[in-house]
Amino acid sequence: MAKKVKCTECDAEFEVPDDVVVGEVISCPDCGLELEVVEIEGDTVKVKILQVSGEDWGE
Amino acid sequence: MPPTISIIYDQIRWEEKAVRDAALARGIPVNLIDAKKAYFNLVGEEKEPENFGDVVLQRCVSYFRNLHITAILESKGYSVVNSYDVTNVCGNKLLTTLKLAKAGVPTPKTYVAFTPEGALKAAEEVGYPLLIKPVIGSWGRLIVPLKDRETAEAVFEERLYMFPLYQVYYLQEIVKRPPRDLRVFVIGDEAVAGIYRYSLDIKTNIARGGKAEACHITDELREISLKAAEAVGGGILGVDLMELDGGYVVHEINHTIEFHATVSVTGVNIPKYILGYLLRKARR
Repeated sequence: MAKKVKCTECDAEFEVPDDVVVGEVISCPDCGLELEVVEIEGDTVKVKILQVSGEDWGE
Repeated sequence: MPPTISIIYDQIRWEEKAVRDAALARGIPVNLIDAKKAYFNLVGEEKEPENFGDVVLQRCVSYFRNLHITAILESKGYSVVNSYDVTNVCGNKLLTTLKLAKAGVPTPKTYVAFTPEGALKAAEEVGYPLLIKPVIGSWGRLIVPLKDRETAEAVFEERLYMFPLYQVYYLQEIVKRPPRDLRVFVIGDEAVAGIYRYSLDIKTNIARGGKAEACHITDELREISLKAAEAVGGGILGVDLMELDGGYVVHEINHTIEFHATVSVTGVNIPKYILGYLLRKARR
């Protein structure tokens, strides 16, 4: 069963696979924005805009 | 009972999921731990609320979070990959250069100074044009080519108004290389995959738009990559090299590697190698 996500930027509603986990990076199929999963409650997934880079980020 | 693995992360990208899935496919339990929500008692004896298992894969993309959490977990007796010592050396270009030079691994000509005056003298020794690099920093940030003395003076002066870290003036020759560099993935004592990274400017980072292409690992490339990895303490590492005069120089070694592009272009199952290494490092 898939879980439901609402994009925080464009309000698009879309589904992600059931094995989604907190911290996972997903893309909104409508606006293309990258989102980070912050909370999973039942079949609803809450996201926020992904922090793309911090000052000490990288490999 | 199989050992248990934990992966500590800032974000779950393709890499973290791939390692988790490789473990789950073999029936090995994986605990994913969000570093942004973690907290630790530095003084007390009690166990952490999280189960870090028999071996911890450190995947934090924030360098300082990565390094400090590894220090804490090691001190509490956990086996962490990569280790604190390896992460500390690889995260600091000056410490890396010292280790490479001591082990006799070819590396670009590099000087360091701690004031603009000292840096101007050091720059003359390196020779213009040259690069100034922050000793701690990733994805090519704040790496600046200095064409001549005038540019160098301006950049060194500017750094006086920045965080003191940026007043460690690490100056390196610009290696006359083809428009690409190489990354060899070393896991334990094996060089498992290699890529060329192409870019039109001095920064070839894939995260900055550099393009990856598979690279055959010759005996010479394997030997220098393994020697470089050993020089910094070994682990799961990305050794960055440049081609110079028919040989190679190593300029950097990465401790929290990104390998999605590499798996795509080489077909090498890097997650499987990482899992194998973790199992060998598991505290039983």
